[in-house]
Amino acid sequence: MAEFEKANSIGEWFDQRLNVKAFTKVMMTEYWIPKEINFLWAMGALLVMLFKLLIITGIFLLMYYKPDVNMAFDSVNYTIMQEVGYGWLFRNIHGVGASVVFLIIYIHMFTAIYYGSYKKGREMIWLSGMLLFVLFSAEGFSGYMLPWGQMSYWAAYVITEIFGGIPFIGGDLVIWIRGNFYVADATLTRFFMLHVLLIPVVLIGAIAFHFYTLRFPHVNNEEGEFFDYKKESEKYLAGDKANSKVIAFWPDFLSKDFMVIAIFMVFFFYLVFYNNGFAMDPVNFDKADGMKTPAHIYPEWYFLWSYEVLRGFFFEIGGVSGKDLGLMAFGFAQGIFLVLPWLDRSPMVKPANQRPVFKYWFWLLMADLFVLTIFGKLPPTGINAYVGFFASTTFLGLFISLPFLTTIESKIVGGK
Amino acid sequence: MFALYVGLAVAILLIVLNIVLSKLSFVPKEARILSIIVVLVGYIYWGFEPFAHHEMHPHVEDASYAFDGKQDIEALEHAGKDATEAKAFWATIAKIAEHKGNAVAGKELVAANCTACHSMTSEGFPQLMSDADAAASYGVTPPDLSIAGRVYDRNYLIAFISNPVKAMHIEHKYPVGGDKVFPMPSSDFMQPQEIADMVAYLSDAASKVSAPKVKEGATEFEISKAVNKEVFETACVRCHAMNYAGIQAKTTAEAMSKYIGATPPDLSQYIRSRGDDYLHNFINDPQRKLAGTGMPRVGLNEKAESQVVEYMTQIGDSKKDEREALGPKVLIYLTILAIFALLWKQKIWRDLH
Amino acid sequence: MINESRRGFMGKAFGAVAAVGAVASLVAMKKSWDPLPSVMAAGFTTVDLSKFTGNKLEIVKWQGKPIFILKMAADMPAVEKRSVKVGDSYYSVMIGLCTHLGCIPAYRDTTKDFKCACHGGEFTAAGVHSFGPPPRPLDIPPFTIKDGNTIVLGEAGAEYKALIASLSTDINIA
Repeated sequence: MAEFEKANSIGEWFDQRLNVKAFTKVMMTEYWIPKEINFLWAMGALLVMLFKLLIITGIFLLMYYKPDVNMAFDSVNYTIMQEVGYGWLFRNIHGVGASVVFLIIYIHMFTAIYYGSYKKGREMIWLSGMLLFVLFSAEGFSGYMLPWGQMSYWAAYVITEIFGGIPFIGGDLVIWIRGNFYVADATLTRFFMLHVLLIPVVLIGAIAFHFYTLRFPHVNNEEGEFFDYKKESEKYLAGDKANSKVIAFWPDFLSKDFMVIAIFMVFFFYLVFYNNGFAMDPVNFDKADGMKTPAHIYPEWYFLWSYEVLRGFFFEIGGVSGKDLGLMAFGFAQGIFLVLPWLDRSPMVKPANQRPVFKYWFWLLMADLFVLTIFGKLPPTGINAYVGFFASTTFLGLFISLPFLTTIESKIVGGK
Repeated sequence: MFALYVGLAVAILLIVLNIVLSKLSFVPKEARILSIIVVLVGYIYWGFEPFAHHEMHPHVEDASYAFDGKQDIEALEHAGKDATEAKAFWATIAKIAEHKGNAVAGKELVAANCTACHSMTSEGFPQLMSDADAAASYGVTPPDLSIAGRVYDRNYLIAFISNPVKAMHIEHKYPVGGDKVFPMPSSDFMQPQEIADMVAYLSDAASKVSAPKVKEGATEFEISKAVNKEVFETACVRCHAMNYAGIQAKTTAEAMSKYIGATPPDLSQYIRSRGDDYLHNFINDPQRKLAGTGMPRVGLNEKAESQVVEYMTQIGDSKKDEREALGPKVLIYLTILAIFALLWKQKIWRDLH
Repeated sequence: MINESRRGFMGKAFGAVAAVGAVASLVAMKKSWDPLPSVMAAGFTTVDLSKFTGNKLEIVKWQGKPIFILKMAADMPAVEKRSVKVGDSYYSVMIGLCTHLGCIPAYRDTTKDFKCACHGGEFTAAGVHSFGPPPRPLDIPPFTIKDGNTIVLGEAGAEYKALIASLSTDINIA
């Protein structure tokens, strides 16, 4: 080890030991982002902000929450909501944040689909992003159980019951997951552990990995253009910022992110204070009661589309029961987004609206997800059941047809 | 059928919106993108919140505080049932209500007819049995009548004294000739003037009850809470608990379960789980919101009912005032923060274009 | 002198031994999530039917739910796909939660039916919905018949499987 010279400033002292200057360059001031972007590119930073809010508020909730079936409900609705100083604020931020984080995840995800940011070297970005989606779903589901209200209980009951549909081991698996024959104390405590420790730790790791995957293929841009980053960054460093196609992560990119975050926070805190019923369902202010089913059981809004796919099949087809068909479709829906980079056979990296075939597919998918989400909350009776069936089969059909449609597109655009 | 149209409308709207906006080149690109997102998010929110609630919880007619049986009769007729009896009953009540009551005569009648079971502590009629014993003998603990004349509607009290089961709208629990009999007998044999006198007395006695005591230096919130609590205790606590206020139901759960076949819920969080609007309509006439429920119509007048709901808010959502006071401050601060973020961003990006 | 292949082999051997340890610890982790013995013991409820009398409802608790067991009296006919024959008598064995909103219906021995106090739903003695809002008959818990006159709740026996197989598929997943 080389001998250290005496440092002339605190900055130098740290630089000698941690190589701060070089690190800052690599991570911030010379980490290049394309300039041709819009505010949708700020969704990642916004998600980081929301995740931070969730962690901080979660820590404060953790100090008074009691993971026990006899105490959980009152520890949330009495201790935290009525007694703890600003406990209600932390809970509202946590509850609304958990719901809104999915809104931003969906915008982030469909931005990627729209701009084709999942192919030609960007597959790992997509895969790690989908991993994050799965982890956030697990985090949301486990957290929803903790207030131990009626919706907590019955959502946990219905969702764990889904595993019962897995052939051969299903019945035992459900009991194993719950630690009991029904959703009980053991279920609550283990989901508490998952929610406050295991999943958050894995999430933080997965977020770091997601950032890392961006490093080599670079962030996509609005036109799907591939260019020489080395040349453009040299232009930038030489002072010709205006003609360079890149900007620095810090301060250029982040200054825009912070602006988007700050504007979004006005909307977010409006929800926290004045309109939080969508994230904190009124039914969940009734204490969990295994002897009394609520009139309507539905998941949080962000799971409605896949819930509707699950129950969209309600009659037997070819000797397979509706329940099993629903489970298969549900499994398909959970996994299919993951392989999107390989279903899209067209080499085009362009915004969907510039792609001759894909644009129809994209907006049809959006419309279908809307129908699934809206009908996913309604009671599945009468015409609703058929709309659900139709929308579910459309969903399956869209993904099954994607490889064929994009092959056609590839021919139309001449393989470019 | 309506739901189907919504589904179709969504698809059409998305397509039209997309086409129109992509043609509007004079609108800045980011604004176009933002407007698409706002419309889409707004639409999905409408779908899973207001629309879904509208579909799942059909609207019922608004609460009526006339207690003239009009809505009962309409409901019967709507269901295609015979409303003759109900019409006759409420016509009689309207007749009785025309009599001007005499509180002095009423006092004697109440003393003779009511105080064997009911206490009226403010007037010196004590409770003769413990709550538990009373529940065991009558099925439910009879209410104290001290502020009954203030809390319950006059018309309702007349109807109630005449025929409790009809007034409470629980004929399905106590059908005529059924094996269950409501603990309080009907007094429709009494003269209209007598009934009017008793109600006049109840009202007169209630007006003499002084406001509940609060500790010195109590805040406005505490004073209003104490006033509301008094009403809540008279109106609800015979059957319901309010655990977050340390209030237990006067009739035990076991006795209640025998009495109405179900255990009445603790009301601590009902302001959150049911909401203002539902509570007003439900308390006004439970059968209209939840047909078949064991909860009777208790006949609260408009003021008492709003006091009950306000009390439920003061206990179940006790930080409401703090929340509403803090909200604007946080939003103003964030707006200022957003302006500074915008200015800083513009400064940085000036060099980039 | 250690040559390359030997070093490679030792590396793999170390990896293999480490993997054995990892798998073994996974078993321990899996076990820690298993239902506790006290929970397992409460998962099965054994009911001796020999003392039952006809037309008198007995309620037993099983896995946190009330279970209705009703012995049919001589004048009560057995219902196909619903009644269970144990010994010489027929029984209704059902989860005692109204399929409307999960209240616990009460049995009326005079009219020989169930009435739900919450919203007026009615079920026949065999648990078939006959009036009001309930969407389907009362659910049947898994059970098996042992030793002629004993019923064990929580274990799916042949009689239970026969009953379930005869039911049409249902849209409700819960």
